[in-house]
Amino acid sequence: MQLTSKLLVATAKIISGYTIRWVDCLPDTCQRIYFANHTSHLDALVLWASLPREIRELTRPVAAKDYWEKGWLRQHIAKTFNALLIDRNEVKVHQSPIDLMIREMKDCYSLIIFPEGRRNPTEEMIKFKSGLFYLAKKRPDLELVPVYLDNMSRVLPRGEILPVPLLSHITIGSPIWLEKGETKHEFLDRARTAIINLKDC
Amino acid sequence: MLNLFHPFLWSFVDVKRVLNLPFDEPTAWLIATVMLLLILASAAGKLLDGTSEQRLNTAIVRSFNQRIRSWWLMSAVLIAGLFIGEHGTVILFGLIGFWALREFITMTPTRRSDHRTLFWVLVVFTPLQFFLVAIQGELFLIAIPIYASLFIPARIAMANDAKRFLERSAKIQIGLLICVYALSFAPAILYLDLGSNKQPNAEIDAPVTIEPAANEIPQRTSWSLVKDSEGNDINRNKGLLFFFVLITQLNDVLQYAWGKLLGKNIIAPRINTSRTWEGVIGGAATSALLGALFSWVTPFLFWQAAIMGIVISFMGFAGGMTMSAIKRDRGVKDYGTLVQGHAGILDRIDSLCFAAPVFYHLTKIFFAI
Repeated sequence: MQLTSKLLVATAKIISGYTIRWVDCLPDTCQRIYFANHTSHLDALVLWASLPREIRELTRPVAAKDYWEKGWLRQHIAKTFNALLIDRNEVKVHQSPIDLMIREMKDCYSLIIFPEGRRNPTEEMIKFKSGLFYLAKKRPDLELVPVYLDNMSRVLPRGEILPVPLLSHITIGSPIWLEKGETKHEFLDRARTAIINLKDC
Repeated sequence: MLNLFHPFLWSFVDVKRVLNLPFDEPTAWLIATVMLLLILASAAGKLLDGTSEQRLNTAIVRSFNQRIRSWWLMSAVLIAGLFIGEHGTVILFGLIGFWALREFITMTPTRRSDHRTLFWVLVVFTPLQFFLVAIQGELFLIAIPIYASLFIPARIAMANDAKRFLERSAKIQIGLLICVYALSFAPAILYLDLGSNKQPNAEIDAPVTIEPAANEIPQRTSWSLVKDSEGNDINRNKGLLFFFVLITQLNDVLQYAWGKLLGKNIIAPRINTSRTWEGVIGGAATSALLGALFSWVTPFLFWQAAIMGIVISFMGFAGGMTMSAIKRDRGVKDYGTLVQGHAGILDRIDSLCFAAPVFYHLTKIFFAI
């Protein structure tokens, strides 16, 4: 498993040529939710691969079950990066994905989530789904870290199979928390702005 | 008392025999000189970085140190190439070209519908070009300027998006032409079979000099391929490639230095404010001098090497100006700052790309057998 994981990291690096920059935030193994803009299938893989090894081992990307369980290769990759697969068609009140995430995080894992909910083909980020808010409410101790992924949509846009090996860039910003008395709408707006602000810094 | 001048002791210092180097002695000396210069420059950079002198511009020191670092990398690549053979060098240049094109395309906005064209350009045409160089056919001369240039607009047309069609085609074509096609002439130097007007060097050229029979037309002997004392083939073109890269890179610095020292007349202030006529002329003059100084690794006579130095200097200038214009158009200063953390290979090789085809052809026309 160690070998495939190294191979996966190397492949991600070659394909996306990523560089990573931590702005007002240091790499740490404390429990975090990395939330990022979502434009490409490679997003989860590249963000996961770009984290330092000891953090990477404790970080699980949350991904769509219907995509990552298709075919042997995808299944294998999802297993290697320890993805937490969510069934998008089975989202119901009694088996909410939020509860599943909190259960799976235990007291050591961090998660990578994409609050836009789907890959966004446009430049402008779409409105966030409410999952991030409920996670913040149920686990107020988690650090919510905004991440901006730049140029990934050109490496592998929606609807393409073959990636073009351009250069991409990852900016990781300072964590936010749910403020006292903040409404769902206000919080999600603030989280979205936190990512947008990383674009120009 | 040990006699230092005893010939027995010196017989151990026959570096070439001891290390069994895969290149000729002049090349070894050139490498040694470059290494020494780099070590000195690195030490100077460290020293400058450490001083608290207020008069020194920290930005200039930083850029100086950055340059030194990329020089180390470049020489490491070239020297590694000397050891792993010609094909190895071609592969290394291929990787550099690939990375440069990557930077170029990353900086240039493309549309979603260009995706598959870009895939062809980066994943197919780029490796193919260096493969064609390595197999030494004539095809590498036309593959990109004709076939890729026709393929690109056709493929974009198939993507069913007519918006800014000509502009998009041109962007991709020019990227491929400069970063890949032009650069590939540098490793192509390795495969030229060259003669020389020089007096045959008794030590090196002797083994291949064939006594011409009285009624035969005397043939020019190959300068490129000689045999060492053990009868192994040595390709002296590696030294020539090293010469070319060295002069190109030194010329960059010299133009900059002359411009800083004497520069008054800026050539195109809207394109680049640091390129002046004084810099260009000073750079050309010093490059000519350096060319003549290093002519012993080349098949050129010293005045021919000086002319080559001047040609390299002007082409390097042309490359720098062109890249400046592209960067200015895109509103970026360095390719390195475009994606943070990257060294910006394109910034370092722009002059190399422009000088390589001219150097290759001049050498081929006047010296090839």
